[in-house]
Amino acid sequence: MDIWVALTDGLRGAFGPQAAAYALLAIGLNVHFGFTGLLNFGQVGFMLVGAYGVAVTTVTLNGPLWLGVLVGLGASIVLALLVGIPTLRLRTDYFAITTIAVAEVLRLIVRSGPARDVTGGPFGLQSTGPSFQDINPIPTGSYGIGPVSYPHGQLWSLIVTWGIAFLATFVVIMLMRSPWGRVIKSIREDEEVARSLGKNVFSYKLQSLMIGGAIGALGGIMFTLSSQTANPDTYDPRVTFFAYTILILGGAASKYGPLLGAVLFWFLYSSVSSALREAAGADLLPDFMAEGGGSGATIMTLIGVTLVLLMVFRPQGLLGNKKEMVLGAR
Amino acid sequence: MRLRHIVVAVGVTWLLALLVGGPAMATSAAMPAATSAGPSAGASLVSSGGLVAAQEEADQGVRGMLRDGEGEPIPDVTLTVSDSAGDEVGQATTDADGQWMIPVPEPGTYTILLDEGTLPEGAELQDPERNPLEVQVTSGRVAPAVFQLGEEEEGRQQIQAFLRSVANGIKFGLIIAMTAVGLSLVFSTTRLINFAHGDLVATGALLAWFFNVGLANMGGPSIHLIPASIITIVLVALLGAGLERGLFRPLRQRRLGIFQLLIITIGVGLAIRHVLLLFFGGSPRTYRDFVGQEAVQMGPVSLTPRDMTIMGLSVLLLGGVAMMLQRTRMGKSIRAVADNPALASASGIDVDRVILTVWILGAGLAATGGIFFGSAVSADWFMGFRLLLLMFAAVILGGIGTAYGAMAGGLVIGLVTELSVLWFPPELKFMWALLALIVVLLVRPQGILGRRERVG
Repeated sequence: MDIWVALTDGLRGAFGPQAAAYALLAIGLNVHFGFTGLLNFGQVGFMLVGAYGVAVTTVTLNGPLWLGVLVGLGASIVLALLVGIPTLRLRTDYFAITTIAVAEVLRLIVRSGPARDVTGGPFGLQSTGPSFQDINPIPTGSYGIGPVSYPHGQLWSLIVTWGIAFLATFVVIMLMRSPWGRVIKSIREDEEVARSLGKNVFSYKLQSLMIGGAIGALGGIMFTLSSQTANPDTYDPRVTFFAYTILILGGAASKYGPLLGAVLFWFLYSSVSSALREAAGADLLPDFMAEGGGSGATIMTLIGVTLVLLMVFRPQGLLGNKKEMVLGAR
Repeated sequence: MRLRHIVVAVGVTWLLALLVGGPAMATSAAMPAATSAGPSAGASLVSSGGLVAAQEEADQGVRGMLRDGEGEPIPDVTLTVSDSAGDEVGQATTDADGQWMIPVPEPGTYTILLDEGTLPEGAELQDPERNPLEVQVTSGRVAPAVFQLGEEEEGRQQIQAFLRSVANGIKFGLIIAMTAVGLSLVFSTTRLINFAHGDLVATGALLAWFFNVGLANMGGPSIHLIPASIITIVLVALLGAGLERGLFRPLRQRRLGIFQLLIITIGVGLAIRHVLLLFFGGSPRTYRDFVGQEAVQMGPVSLTPRDMTIMGLSVLLLGGVAMMLQRTRMGKSIRAVADNPALASASGIDVDRVILTVWILGAGLAATGGIFFGSAVSADWFMGFRLLLLMFAAVILGGIGTAYGAMAGGLVIGLVTELSVLWFPPELKFMWALLALIVVLLVRPQGILGRRERVG
């Protein structure tokens, strides 16, 4: 096996458009979980409505790209209202359960037979947002340093997605410095205090849910634009847990945690998958790990264990502040 | 000290999986060989049915016979079989006797689409809802797929379909209830929602498959499903105990926040689920015993003896848990801890022991529910997560933290999902359960049987 291949695959994954889209998901989640203390287990639902907003508008209805982006963002706001109004008044755990359920319901609806004319059912939609690559200013070719390179199409989506991710990071930093952000953080620390100071906690939580959800939807939009497909089974609950791992790895409630977490997560994910494939090819693995989906299952198991170990030993992640992560302790 | 516990817990989880599942790899590779060695089941079925012999190359498949309302065979009708991923597996047209047969590569769930365009003039499907038809194919068997043609009195048929769905709903609901009780008990005593609970269900279902089928495929003894279930339930109960002793108790003592604990259960669930995928593969598994039973007609409903046993045992077990909670010393202690752990502790109850008992009980019930589900439908690595969402719906519907609420909620969810199939596409049936959950949260967040308390 070749360590070098795993390493370059890892680096390519770490800065690729997929990592950037996941960074956006994690930034949105940071607003919910890190700053407001909302345990949103359905972030993938926001990603899904963003992606399908673009896909349905540009493929099914043949609309322009900008309209698709607006539809995706609008849908995420509507989703935030639909999920938030019944559940945000309730305890944390109710909210967690409802969000995970809603995200799964959305996936079931989108992949169902009756929705096939609109969403393509289980087969999804292809060549979503074609005009995104039409406005690509980068000349045809492959760009990069040494073996880590991207074709021009991927480079374009990479630049745009990371650009949006940095912009979202900046917006979140600004928001958290504002009086609004201070209220949000006080809700995370102690809801009752914020309420006793006359703040409408419910309304603040709803706003936070909408903002974080819209950032998550941007992740979905960029994901579908860079991959040029929208497939319902991409948006399964695993994605949310990836986003959590990214956020906790980088540091919840930290400014740059989601960005760092996404790069690190995708570096580890891509390099370990690549190494596992190499090892399987060289007959270094026991049979069951080498078969079909074996490397995927192995890496998912590792992610689960990592999540547990992180939460137990370093809940603040790399960049976080431990004081900000002692959430919900009694 | 704490660290040791955690390491032990993670280790136990992995080790257990490795120990029991390790050899199963060989299984999946050896499966086709093993099944081709014993085509007797398929052959006997074919001969007893007096049908054309099945094709030589595949041991399992789907077959059927098309007759119109007067019992005359209908030739030249096209049927297409596709697998659970939606890919087409095979196609056939009915012969002069109205018979058709399509071999399939491996056991699993298949959908059969009858091309209504190829039906002759005047022949119509009695129940167009049942086209495409979903059929469960077990290893080495030719599953029958029945399309009924011609008209019958519509009213009678609707009532029958309704009753069939009610029976199915009760069966499914009892299974959900049994698994949800554990979730609810753990929540009420520790305030922890265990997102890994569904994966205990899947572990139970797949371990039972391993002892029943997998072991034999590797050349080991084939254990009948009943002793296999008992071994499995004990093992999963031990896994539950291990999680509590090795992971959650030390973390509780560290006073970890509820957020961290929830995310930890997510991580544990993710790990267990994918260890199952690693060892048992992605395809659904069915047990060797109690399959292909003849349904017994009881008035308007027909149930197989297996389904009746599942329902009976579920009722007994749920009743037993209720009695235990109501009458025994441990049951009273559990309720006391659920009510107020500090007070319970002050009055001499060993809270940690109670919580450990609850974990063992909950995991055991989860495994039992998993085996029942695996026996009634099939077992696969992702079933736990699918069921988990339904369990949540059941628990919240009934009132979070009340064991009886979980039972009632389970039944309601089972009925809702099965009855929705009468009017809506079956692929959306889980959606209705989850929508019911959201509606309950809007109207009565404490649930049907929950006590009025602050949940906000």
